[in-house]
Amino acid sequence: MKKYSVFAVAREAMRHHTGWNRAWRDAQPKKRYDVIIVGAGGHGLATAYYLGKNFGITNVAIIEKGWLGGGNTGRNTTIIRSNYLQDPSAAIYEKARSLYETMSQDLNYNVMFSPRGVIMLAQTEHEVRGYKRTAHANALQGVTTEFIGPERVKQLVPIINLDGPRYPVLGGLWQARGGTARHDAVAWGYARACSDMGMDVIQKCEVTGVRSEGGKVTGVSTNRGDIDCDKLGIVVAGHSGHLADMAGFRLPIESVALQALVSEPIKPCMDVVVMANTVHGYMSQSDKGEMVIGGGTDGYNNYTQRGSFHHIEETVRALVETFPMVSRLKMLRQWGGIVDVTGDRSPILSKTPVENVFINCGWGTGGFKAIPGSGWGFAELMAKGQSPLTDAFGLNRFQEGRFIDESVAAGVAH
Amino acid sequence: MLVLTCHACGVTAEETEFHAGGEAHLKRFGPGSSDEDFEEYLFMRANPKGVHFERWRHANGCGKWFHVARDTMTLEVFGSYSAQAFAPPEELLSRIEDRRPGWRGQD
Ligand SMILES: Cc1cc2nc3c(=O)[nH]c(=O)nc-3n(C[C@H](O)[C@H](O)[C@H](O)COP(=O)(O)OP(=O)(O)OC[C@H]3O[C@@H](n4cnc5c(N)ncnc54)[C@H](O)[C@@H]3O)c2cc1C
Ligand SMILES: [Zn+2]
Repeated sequence: MKKYSVFAVAREAMRHHTGWNRAWRDAQPKKRYDVIIVGAGGHGLATAYYLGKNFGITNVAIIEKGWLGGGNTGRNTTIIRSNYLQDPSAAIYEKARSLYETMSQDLNYNVMFSPRGVIMLAQTEHEVRGYKRTAHANALQGVTTEFIGPERVKQLVPIINLDGPRYPVLGGLWQARGGTARHDAVAWGYARACSDMGMDVIQKCEVTGVRSEGGKVTGVSTNRGDIDCDKLGIVVAGHSGHLADMAGFRLPIESVALQALVSEPIKPCMDVVVMANTVHGYMSQSDKGEMVIGGGTDGYNNYTQRGSFHHIEETVRALVETFPMVSRLKMLRQWGGIVDVTGDRSPILSKTPVENVFINCGWGTGGFKAIPGSGWGFAELMAKGQSPLTDAFGLNRFQEGRFIDESVAAGVAH
Repeated sequence: MLVLTCHACGVTAEETEFHAGGEAHLKRFGPGSSDEDFEEYLFMRANPKGVHFERWRHANGCGKWFHVARDTMTLEVFGSYSAQAFAPPEELLSRIEDRRPGWRGQD
């Protein structure tokens, strides 16, 4: 792999950029791998990366039915924060957030991590109390957050309207080192590093069956033939129920559409991320100047990557109240992704009823921020059978009633 | 935008008039049941790619619950039936079979 650096840019500038190589090999499936990861989204790729980097396991294939990062990883609004309420969540999200800080250097790939700060607005008395509680919990967890008053919110976000008619801004939960990153670059950076370690990133290869013998996995069937493996990691977000069905077990997951939209590009007007969970809308400004906007999920099961228009309308209506200038913006485009939602709004990183099949799913509406931490923990779980980061996120928690309840804490969990 | 017909009052309207209520025909387990059964009832879902039987409520209308058969891959609505039914009616199943040859009903 050629290292990317300022010198490489200068050298290529001198020779009309003719010397750039492919960032990763266009790999073809082999007969057998030690580990197969299904799904080349951020979580699958990060898992493969840490299997290689932390455990020296490099005979690995990452199999993707579409294109790299074409699932939710390439469709999300890229908010990164770790101000969760429950200890296991804070641990894995903060691990992830801290890995984002050095990801560009670690991968030698600019993922444009921008720790610009994230505010979650408190617009009801309940939210004020809830976020104060979260700030206290975060202090105990070693996650730096702070509850701030309305004046400070206005200072950080001059375009905000504090005294909205329905939901005045009463304060906010502020995480100064939260922010955003370039989503595609996260997938591409990991893919390049994985390919460099000798792993095969195989695109346009759809897993159509999971093969097992005596309750133990032996491989997968794909539209490009059978591939054998010792261990299988299923990391397919909205498609998890479908893959679990192939392997012969059920999941506490429902797949629904979540949408986002962007406005026309405008001059810099807001240099933090603002989430308004009561009214279901959140917004940040991309480097191109577009206002990136997201809201809530549709209520019904859906695999079409299209959501209902009235949700877009609701989201924008909510934002116009808090950010009156939004009413003058033209919206450019809108899209949807299929997110995998669990009963307690927390992910599943777990062994499964089939031996050597592991599953990483249930990140729902908020897993982009978790990619490096999830990959770190899930790689350890796959390599060693156990990981302190993933212990609490097992499938058994639903039977044991040991929920990691973030549904109340997060409201909208991006 | 989904267009649904309320089985209770007969009104056909856009989805904003309705509230989605999740998978239909779940077998309820309560106190005294095994942990597995209780987990299955509370959390485990079929979440199929394809034909899905689900509950809807005519929230901004007559307020009644009813059942819908819908395809989660195409958003095609096959039809509505009574909330009192324990299983989809035979006539609806064969209509789905016509539209999705080879489709075998869920149990
Ligand atoms: C609109 C929207 C906004 C969001 N905003 C945020 C946000 O601001 N912050 C945040 O933290 N999170 C956000 N999320 C959530 C976040 O995008 C996801 O949690 C995260 O990207 C999931 O990553 P993943 O790698 O698990 O899944 P994906 O990126 O979806 O990857 C799964 C891959 O598996 C592949 N696959 C599926 N079936 C098969 C098969 N049979 N064979 C082979 N491959 C298969 C898919 O093609 C896909 O590429 C948002 C999501 C959406 C949709
Ligand atoms: Zn009705």
